[in-house]
Amino acid sequence: MEIAFYLSGLVAVLATLGVITNANPVHALLYLIVSLIAVAMVFFSLGAPFAGALEIIVYAGAIMVLFVFVVMMLNLGEGVAAQERAWLKPRTWLGPAVLAAALLLVLIATLWRGDIGLVIQGETLTAKMVGITLFGPWLIVVELAAMLLLAALVTASHVGRMAPDKPATNRETGARGDA
Amino acid sequence: MNWLTPQVVAAIVAMLQAVVILLAAVLLGAVMTVVERRLLGLWQDRYGPNRVGPFGTLQLVADMIKIFFKEDWIPPFADRTLFVLAPGIAMASLLLSFMIIPITPTWGVSDMNVGLLFFFAMAGINVYAVLFGGWASGNKYALIGAMRASAQTLSYEVFMGLALMGVVATTGSFNMRDIVDAQQGMWFIIPQFFGFCTFVIAGIAVTHRHPFDQPEAEQELADGYHVEYSSMKFGMFFIGEYVGMVLISALLVTLFFGGWHGPWLPPFVWFALKTGIFLVLFILLRASLPRPRYDRVMSFGWKICLPLTLINLLVTGAVILLAGPA
Repeated sequence: MEIAFYLSGLVAVLATLGVITNANPVHALLYLIVSLIAVAMVFFSLGAPFAGALEIIVYAGAIMVLFVFVVMMLNLGEGVAAQERAWLKPRTWLGPAVLAAALLLVLIATLWRGDIGLVIQGETLTAKMVGITLFGPWLIVVELAAMLLLAALVTASHVGRMAPDKPATNRETGARGDA
Repeated sequence: MNWLTPQVVAAIVAMLQAVVILLAAVLLGAVMTVVERRLLGLWQDRYGPNRVGPFGTLQLVADMIKIFFKEDWIPPFADRTLFVLAPGIAMASLLLSFMIIPITPTWGVSDMNVGLLFFFAMAGINVYAVLFGGWASGNKYALIGAMRASAQTLSYEVFMGLALMGVVATTGSFNMRDIVDAQQGMWFIIPQFFGFCTFVIAGIAVTHRHPFDQPEAEQELADGYHVEYSSMKFGMFFIGEYVGMVLISALLVTLFFGGWHGPWLPPFVWFALKTGIFLVLFILLRASLPRPRYDRVMSFGWKICLPLTLINLLVTGAVILLAGPA
């Protein structure tokens, strides 16, 4: 399983680099989808298939579809790709890259000092165990997340509401428009 | 011959099984194209394709030869990478889902404990085939078709998952073999009738079959997301739709009709018979129902099916708690 872990980790890193460097927005999103699937594979190889499946269903299957949907609706042309390419000059990314590399060094140093002997055990975390953990010690977090989602739902339905003074289109009456 | 240990033999047998199931799924999808045309013909009081071979049995061969030798044309205004990738996603994501279906007690590719979630994941990825195919074509109609398809599939996938949670809660597992074994006494169609109804509707919508074929409505969109596709690329979209039909039928049998369980006949025959009935039902739906308007499809999904599945899940949970020992 360790080979699977490192391989999918490598794919995730490379795909994420692809997201950043690709000038075409739709191609960049395609790389992002590959990256999310690779992260799901990392979960699978760590023995958490439930988290892996949810990663694909929620992130790759639902959220990214909306991203792609919006980008396609905007119909970004060659001008955006040229703009993206202009932004990818070394002068723009060199500073943040150096700073991020410093943080990466700190991260590697921390990981190196820890228990390096730990390997993947190969135990599988079932959906039942995830549920028991979520609705046991972490119940308050689940409830808070539910409340946050409810607030988002109320906001979305308020924003998407039809203005009351607007005359009803045939979307509501449904009488015509079949032709 | 000392390398031929029992493990190696088991691995080879499992691989052969997987290949046989894969080929059978593709072949069944291809055969369904002709079966559908014949059945539609019979129900509409005409013959359908009956010229090639005895009773039109070789029509499939003729179609395959035709589609292989057509010019494979990629429009100059298309996005080549995605244009080529999209039919592959359409086919691969659906075929991968066959992995989780237990055909008989001994036949089946994978026995994952997240079985059902794997199907949802693959159904989620399948949306990209239509979305990328429609966008990469660089065609207005294709783009509108792709937009419709993604909105429709997203809306119906929400309650497709919820519709099956009643089954999962009753069984207490996502594993498909556990679900089949839990139906030895009574098939889940009886306690989970509303789950079944909503899952059938969602399944048809997710495979873009009639009457939920808004993404490719001929009258409005000229063929929707695959209008620019030709030759085998179109063939993969086309066969992919039928493979999806076979997949949903097999899932319905596994989840609600007891899988391979049944008296007298061997397990495989029961599974094949039940799946066949659902395939014919899919075609009958196409033959008998008109296509509803797009906004009505969406409001039906959100306003009727979603609340229905939520109530179904609530009632199922209450019954499990009342009947359970705890």
